[in-house]
Amino acid sequence: MIAFLIKRLMHAILVMFVISVLAFAIQDNLGDPVQQMVGQSVPESEREAIRERLGLNDPFLVQYVRFAKNAVQGDFGYSYFYREPALEVIARHLPATLELVFAATLIIVLLSVPIGVYSAIKPRSLFSRFFMGASIIGISIPVFLTAIVLIQIFAIGITINFFPPETAWGAWLNSALSTQGNMPSFGRGHDLVHVAGHWDTNLATWDGIKHLVLPAISLASIMLPLFIRLIRAEMMEVLQSEYVKYARAKGISMRRVYFVHALKNTMLPVITVGGVQIGTMVAYTILTETVFQWPGMGLMFLDAINRADIPLIVSYLMIVGVIFVVTNTIVDLIYGFVNPTVKLTGKPA
Amino acid sequence: MTTSSTPTVPSRWERFRDSFLWYSFKRDRTAQLCLAVFICMVIAAFASPLLAPTDPYDLRHIDILDSELPPFWIDGSDERYVLGTDAQGRDLWSIVLYGTRVSLLIGFGAVLLQALLGVTFGLMAGYLGGRVDAFLMRLADIQLSFSTLMVAIVVGAVVKATMGSAFYSQYAVLMLILIIGLAEWPQYARTVRASVLAEKNKEYVDAARVMGLRSRRIMFRHVLPNTLSPIFVISTVQIANAIISEAALSFLGLGMPETHPSLGSLIKAGFDYIQSGSWWITLIPGAVLVVLVLSINLLGDWLRDVMNPRLYKG
Repeated sequence: MIAFLIKRLMHAILVMFVISVLAFAIQDNLGDPVQQMVGQSVPESEREAIRERLGLNDPFLVQYVRFAKNAVQGDFGYSYFYREPALEVIARHLPATLELVFAATLIIVLLSVPIGVYSAIKPRSLFSRFFMGASIIGISIPVFLTAIVLIQIFAIGITINFFPPETAWGAWLNSALSTQGNMPSFGRGHDLVHVAGHWDTNLATWDGIKHLVLPAISLASIMLPLFIRLIRAEMMEVLQSEYVKYARAKGISMRRVYFVHALKNTMLPVITVGGVQIGTMVAYTILTETVFQWPGMGLMFLDAINRADIPLIVSYLMIVGVIFVVTNTIVDLIYGFVNPTVKLTGKPA
Repeated sequence: MTTSSTPTVPSRWERFRDSFLWYSFKRDRTAQLCLAVFICMVIAAFASPLLAPTDPYDLRHIDILDSELPPFWIDGSDERYVLGTDAQGRDLWSIVLYGTRVSLLIGFGAVLLQALLGVTFGLMAGYLGGRVDAFLMRLADIQLSFSTLMVAIVVGAVVKATMGSAFYSQYAVLMLILIIGLAEWPQYARTVRASVLAEKNKEYVDAARVMGLRSRRIMFRHVLPNTLSPIFVISTVQIANAIISEAALSFLGLGMPETHPSLGSLIKAGFDYIQSGSWWITLIPGAVLVVLVLSINLLGDWLRDVMNPRLYKG
């Protein structure tokens, strides 16, 4: 276990090192900081003095070490646009993204496990076939398009007058298929409850939850089909195994066999894939937050790109890198704990 | 290569006709429909200069007074524009055709690059093993742990910031092919490596080695042909992924400019007008994108069932 921990830690440090070098190279090559600081009228000799004082003439390696030293202490420089420490800006935007990811994960877990398990138990039923068909359609719709369709249906509303309105059934169908469009589609709303530090929550008020619903569904929509299919495939494999047949032969109730015996082993690969997908989720928050103008890290990153706010871009990359490395490490650790047969150190057992 | 055949040696066409692939294709309605839809869309897209009533790149055909006209089934439509017009007054039917062409071009180009890189690295990792394998697979692991879309967004953002948006939009097609190609090569590399590892210890490889052939020749001429079926299967899915990635990048403003739109940038441009009720500007290109990607994905599903290769899981 200790050997595995050290190995994972070395891996994590290596990855962070690579990211920091890349991030620093970006910072080093984009624009001239002196140009950003002084006006047009400052003479070249003056600029050279500033450059010398800031250490911009030092070799790449010296500058990198300085950058890394500051970064480790949490100093990523000042955002050009917000005129405050970049880390501070990110900390302010982080809770919104985390709440969005949390809500989406909740939707995914609550829906994918029952649907996946059911369609593995009864693969030929109408319900299972519907969800298998729906899941391939779901995979084929990009997340921002789901978001746009949701906005059209639930925030703007659609009016259907396709059926003849003079007949009773036509009028009923028309009104049944039309939607009101009163869901908010923009931002987090004003009814936020302050929790601690930079964290204002959407989850405490009805209005806050209403603002969260559409973005969370959009974000969940991209992962949900993947997980339904994965859980179904793994569950079907597990149901074929000897120990499940044995449990069934012993006369244990089917419910217990499915949800206690089989589900446990189904979830093992789901955990690994889930860990990788958290990373993908961070990427998709950029898209979801752009559509819904959700004031989280993703939207902040896109704004930073458009404003060429380099310190903010670099710190976002570093923070996202940390998130990825930490989640991957935690997932590996969990996997090692729940599955004792896994060879953690890579040595033959 | 002779196409005429003797009774003992079937020609390529005969072998294909007797294959399980063709047999199952003849019996699968979904696969037939998807292939038909996909081929129609590809032909329509690449014949867009012939099919489109107007040239959307030519500013002379565009009148701002024609902007935001609805499609034909809604009151207030104009018979010159079957699917209506976008916010700049461009014919939506024409611009969607041209946009599909751009999306497909980037999709195919990016997958070609991915395959080139991924197959080469996968062969090297699997066949040569040792340090090369460890290095390449570690690289692939790191890149995959970051999700390909994230890598594409970051690379796109950095390239755009370094080169300036004017330069970036001028070479947008090339840039997007490079970015998406570089972001997704690990998928190929892992798949190829897995099947190379399975092939490597077979006798024909030993025989080739004993004959004194060079590694490069064994890798590309002997091992590679036997790993083609998984490559074929993931290629379909990868094309769908590349088209979606391109659309996502364009939607974020890191892709095709609005003057030369792909489906993604059409959706982005239309999204600004959805609140004013002009839903067709964004949802018609959106629907085209979904049909395109869905038909490719369903084809990929069918291929995977038929060829049943040992794909890399996860």
